[in-house]
Amino acid sequence: MSTVADERNARAPWVLSAPALMLFVGVLLIPLAMTVMLSFHDWGQYKGIEPVFILKNWKEIATDPYYAEMFWRTFRIAILTTLLTAALGAPEAYILNRMDGRWKSIFLLVILGPLLISVVARTLGWALLFGGNNGLVNKLLMSAGVIRSPIPFMFTETGMVVALAHVMMPFMVLSVWAALQRLDPQIENAAMSLGAGPITIIRRIIMPQIMPGVLSGAIIVFSLSASAFATPAIIGGRRLKVAATLAYDEFLNTLNWPLGAAVATLLLVALVLIVVGSNALIERRYVEVFR
Amino acid sequence: MRRNGPLALIFHTIFVIVMVAPILVVCLVAFTPEGFLSLPTNGFSLRWFRAIGNYPEFIHAFWVSLGLGALSSFVALLFAVPAALAIARYRFRGRDALAALFLSPLMIPHVVLGIAFLRFFTSAGLGGSFAALIIAHVIIVFPFALRLTLAAATGMDRTVEMAAVSLGAGGWTLFRRVTLPLILPGVISGWALAFIQSFDDLTMTVFLAAPGTETLPVRMFLYIQDNIDPLVTSVSACVIAITMTALILLDRFYGLDRVLAGKGDTGR
Amino acid sequence: MAFLELEGVAKQFGAQTVVEDFSLSVGKGEFISFLGPSGCGKTTTLQMIAGFLDPTRGAIRLEDKDLTAIHPAKRGLGIVFQSYALFPHMTAAENVAFGLEMRKVSRADRAERVRAALAMVGLAGYEDRHPRRMSGGQQQRVALARALVIKPSVLLLDEPLSNLDAKLREEMQIELRQIQRTIGTTTILVTHDQNEAMSLSDRIVVMSQGKIEQIGTPQQTYEKPASAFVSQFLGKTNDFAGTIDRIATPARLVAGSWSAPAPAGLSGPVTVSIRPERIGFGDAGLGAKIVTRIFQGNHWLFQCESECGSAIVIRQNDGQPQPTEGAAVHLNWRPEDMSVRARTVA
Repeated sequence: MSTVADERNARAPWVLSAPALMLFVGVLLIPLAMTVMLSFHDWGQYKGIEPVFILKNWKEIATDPYYAEMFWRTFRIAILTTLLTAALGAPEAYILNRMDGRWKSIFLLVILGPLLISVVARTLGWALLFGGNNGLVNKLLMSAGVIRSPIPFMFTETGMVVALAHVMMPFMVLSVWAALQRLDPQIENAAMSLGAGPITIIRRIIMPQIMPGVLSGAIIVFSLSASAFATPAIIGGRRLKVAATLAYDEFLNTLNWPLGAAVATLLLVALVLIVVGSNALIERRYVEVFR
Repeated sequence: MRRNGPLALIFHTIFVIVMVAPILVVCLVAFTPEGFLSLPTNGFSLRWFRAIGNYPEFIHAFWVSLGLGALSSFVALLFAVPAALAIARYRFRGRDALAALFLSPLMIPHVVLGIAFLRFFTSAGLGGSFAALIIAHVIIVFPFALRLTLAAATGMDRTVEMAAVSLGAGGWTLFRRVTLPLILPGVISGWALAFIQSFDDLTMTVFLAAPGTETLPVRMFLYIQDNIDPLVTSVSACVIAITMTALILLDRFYGLDRVLAGKGDTGR
Repeated sequence: MAFLELEGVAKQFGAQTVVEDFSLSVGKGEFISFLGPSGCGKTTTLQMIAGFLDPTRGAIRLEDKDLTAIHPAKRGLGIVFQSYALFPHMTAAENVAFGLEMRKVSRADRAERVRAALAMVGLAGYEDRHPRRMSGGQQQRVALARALVIKPSVLLLDEPLSNLDAKLREEMQIELRQIQRTIGTTTILVTHDQNEAMSLSDRIVVMSQGKIEQIGTPQQTYEKPASAFVSQFLGKTNDFAGTIDRIATPARLVAGSWSAPAPAGLSGPVTVSIRPERIGFGDAGLGAKIVTRIFQGNHWLFQCESECGSAIVIRQNDGQPQPTEGAAVHLNWRPEDMSVRARTVA
C-alpha cells in the first residue's frame, strides 16, 4: 500500500534506515569480513599473527582428521538434539493445544518461560541432575527399573544432547504451536464425521498440516544446537569439543586466532548453506498447499 | 473440543517435570545448609545467598550486566524505531534485503559474532572495553527491538496519523505526539525482550569481556569452569528470580505469547 | 414413522443451559432448518446430532436406533462446516475421497464416485486443485461433495453459506435445494438468515435462548408466528396494542379506530401483529399520518405514525398514485392476515 505522500518521499525510507544501515555495515559486515580475512593469515607461537594470505589454516582443517571428527560430532549432536525435540515437542504442543484455556496458558508459560532464563543456569541444573554416576537422573532411572547400571551423562554426547534438547525445546514447541493455531478448529470433527479414528486423524490430517511447523522448528533448533557454546562447554567439559568450544579455545587459550577464525567461518558458511537450503526446500514443498 | 486421553496426560506430566526439573534443582540446591552440593534435606539455609556478598566480582558483574542490558537495548531502539518505520511504511527497492540484513544477527552463530567483534575491537584499540560490549550488544539485540517495533508499526491505524496531519501536525510533532505513543507498547516490549537477550548472552560476550567488564553470565561460566559449588547455584537462583519477575511483568504488560512469537521465529 | 427423532434433548455447560427440552421428529427426505440468532443453541443441537457433543438429557434416534450410543466416526452423517474444514494438504479429489477411503471402498470405485460427486456440485476438472487455490464458493462445493459422497443418512449443514457474498449465496441456495431434491437426503440446516431458511426448508425450527419457539412450514412461521420473537425474527412486522371487548355483542377486537369481530379464546388486552405488506390504505381503519415515503423500485416503503404507535407499510409499485409524506391515511387489513396474542399490561 503506498499513498501519494509515500511516492513523493522516495528517499524517506533510506533516510530513516540510514543510521541503522551504517551501524550494521560498520560494526557487523566489516568485522565479519575481517574474520574471513583473518582465517587466511598466518600464526606462529612466537611471531603471533602475520597479515599474509595463505591457505595454511584451511589446509589444516581439511587434512587433520581431528577437525573432521569435531565437525561431525557437532552436527551429530545437533541432529540428535533436533530429532529429540521434534519427537517430544510436537506431541506436547498438540496436547497443550487441546487443553482448557486456563491450563493451556499456565503450561505454555511453564514450557516457554525457560526460553528467557539464562542458559548457564539451565545447563547448571542439568550438571547438578547428572552429577557423576550417582546423580539424581541415574538414581531415578535405576529405581524406576529403566536402566540397570548408571549411564554416564557428564562429559558425554548423551548428556550434551539431553541438556541441549531441554534448552532448545521451547523453540520447537513454539513453532509447532504456531502451526497448530493455523489449523481449522473443526478439522478433526470433519475427519471424524467421515469415519476417521484418532490414529488416522493424527497421521493423515494433523501431521501433514503441522509438518511445516515441525520443519521450521527443526531448522531453528539445528542451527542453534550446532553453534551452541554454553551447554557443550559445561556438560562436555574440556575433553569433548564442538565447533563453538573449539573456536573459543583457539582464541582465548591457544591464541591461534587465524585457525579459530577458519573454524568459525566454516561453521558460519555451513550453517547458512544448510538453513537457506532447507528453507528453500520447505518453501518449494509447501508453496502449493499453504500459500 | 476433544479431551486429552490418560496417555497424553501422563506424557504431558513427565514433559513438564523434565522441563522444570533443572531450574527447580538449581533453586533448591541454592538453599542447602551444607558446604557442598546437595539438596536441602536438613532444612533451608540462606548461607549461600549471604555468601554472594563475599564475592564482589559477582556483584560487580551483575551491575555490568544490568547497565549493559539497559543501555544497549535503549541504543538499539534509537536505531531500530526509524528503521522499523521505514520498513513498515514504505515499499521500496531493497526493502527485503534491508530487513534481512537487520535480522541477520539472529542467523549468525554468536560464537562467530564474538570472534568477529573481538578481532574488530582489538584492531580498533577498544578490546575489553565497556564501549565495545555496548556496541556488540546493540547488534545482537537489534533484531528483537526491530521485530516488536515493526509489529506495532505495521498494526497501527495510519488514518490516525492522517487525521493529525489534517489538523496541522507534522514532522517531529507528529512523531512525538501521535506515532510514538501509538507504537509505545511495542517499543517498550522490544526494549524488555532486548534487555533479557543482552542480560542472558554468554557466547558472544565471553569473547569480549575482560576482567572489570565481565557480565554475570560470563562470571558464572568462568566460575563453573573451575568448580561447581552451591555459591553458583545461589547466584543462578537470583538470576532466575529476576528473569521470572521480568517475565511476569512482560506477560501482564504485553502478553508473553506475542513476545515469544517474536523470539521463536529465528529461522525465518 | 419418524426417520430422525430428538426427544427432550438438553445440553448444559456447567450451570449454563444452552439447549432445553428440544423435541423434533424429522421425516425421511425432509429439509429442516434450525433458525435463530447466534447463541440460541442451534449449532449445539446440530453438534449433538453429529456426536461432537453429548446431550446432558434426552434421546436422539435415527431409524429407531439410539444415535448417542454410536461413536461420531460411525454415525455415517455428512457434515458441511461453516469454515468448510477442508483438509488443506489434500487436493479436492483427495478431500472427497477421504470418507470413501475410511469406508474401504475400492480404488476404482472411489475414483468413479469422487468424479461423480465433484461433477454433481459443478466442479468437474477441479480434481487436482488444493483448497487454498479455490474461491470460497468452490471450497463450499468441495465440502458439500465430500459430505455427500459417503451417501450420508442425514446431511448436516452448519451455516454453510454465511461466508459467501450475497450474490453467490443466492446461487448456492438454489443449487443446494436442487441437489437435495435430486438425491433426497434428509437435511438439517443451521442458519441465522431467515431468507435462507424460508427459501430452502420444508419446515423451520425457530429457536431462541435454547428453546424452540415454533416448528412449522415457512408459510406457517411467517404468517402465523407463535410468539413475538418469531414474528420479529422472521421479517418486519407491526405490533399494535389492542383490546378484545367481550361486553359488546358480538365481541369485537379494537385497535384505535380499527375494529373487527373478535377471534375466539382471548379477551382483554392483546397484541395484534400484521406484516407490513398486508396493510392497505383505505377510507376507514386505524388513523395514521405518513412520516416518510421511500421508493425502493418494485415497492414503496411508508413509515407512519398511527394511533397505536409507529407502523411500517409496504405497497407494491403497481403504477397507481401513492399517498405523499404528511398525508393523513387510514390503515386497514383483513382479519385473517393478522395474528393476535394475549398482552400483559405493565
